[in-house]
Amino acid sequence: MGLEIFNTLILCLLVVVALLSLWVRDLVVAAVVFGVYSFLMCLLWAEMGAVDVAFTEATVGAGASTVVLIATIFNIKRKAKD
Amino acid sequence: MKRLAFVFVLLIGLLLAWAARDFPTWGDPEAPASSSPVSSHFIANTGIDTEVPNMVTAVLADYRGFDTMLETVVVFIAGLAVYSILGGGPNRRSRDRELVVDFEPDLIVTNTVRLIVPVIQIFALYVLAHGHVSPGGGFQGGVAMGASFILVALAWNLKTALIRFPIDRCFMVAALGIVIYGGIGLLSMLLGGEFLDYAHLSKVLPVSPEMARYHAMLGVEIGVGFTVTAIIFALYASLSTDGRMRDGL
Repeated sequence: MGLEIFNTLILCLLVVVALLSLWVRDLVVAAVVFGVYSFLMCLLWAEMGAVDVAFTEATVGAGASTVVLIATIFNIKRKAKD
Repeated sequence: MKRLAFVFVLLIGLLLAWAARDFPTWGDPEAPASSSPVSSHFIANTGIDTEVPNMVTAVLADYRGFDTMLETVVVFIAGLAVYSILGGGPNRRSRDRELVVDFEPDLIVTNTVRLIVPVIQIFALYVLAHGHVSPGGGFQGGVAMGASFILVALAWNLKTALIRFPIDRCFMVAALGIVIYGGIGLLSMLLGGEFLDYAHLSKVLPVSPEMARYHAMLGVEIGVGFTVTAIIFALYASLSTDGRMRDGL
């Protein structure tokens, strides 16, 4: 029962965070929100027992790709037009 | 146009949600993935064939060794592509817009990084070497290792990180990783087996064929770790400086 509440909470947060990353104008904020999305996915994988997938998600998704996205944003225009 | 795109996305989303009803429930033993004869073969025989407790690693590095080797090559090519598309190297003619980040490294940040980087690197090596018995392996360990170099670049500047890990050496290390992987495959071929048929390595190693597969898996994971470490850092170095390799983030 506890796990179901946890899963539902995370899945709801995932939808919220996904919409938020599209909503915000500042691309750096969008990248960080995307990192949050990855971290929530990581929690979900870990809870399902797929620890190696969770591990990859935490390092690649929440860590490296956020940094790479932000590094790229500093070389382009920071604000989205639409 | 935008409204059309929205409708299209909504339709696809509904289609996916509708398709998701067909998914088996979580942990269902009757699920196709669990009930296929391939899975039960791996579950029954991995321990006997390879003596590796972590089945995921055995499937990844041994039964599906070709797949993982070419995956590593894909990682390598991705890194090379980013480097060459962005024009790579300090000799490139600079663009109109120079990005100069000029600031003193922060005392607290640098000292924290000084403390944390060795821990990250040892953990990365542990994950790599312990991939047989616990979740982990070359990809995860490699990414953590590469992240520690990115951390150095973020705390000081890219130059500091590039002194420790020059960009040309990145690609050398990445290629070396693939050579290690392919070399182990080729070695087992020379010893009379097929490509990546690690059991034949027992002819040169003082261990049983099962343990030869066990150790060869560690070998190929190290190869994967080399490539992933180098490429993660090379990607960061290329993207953060727009290929100039200086004045980075």
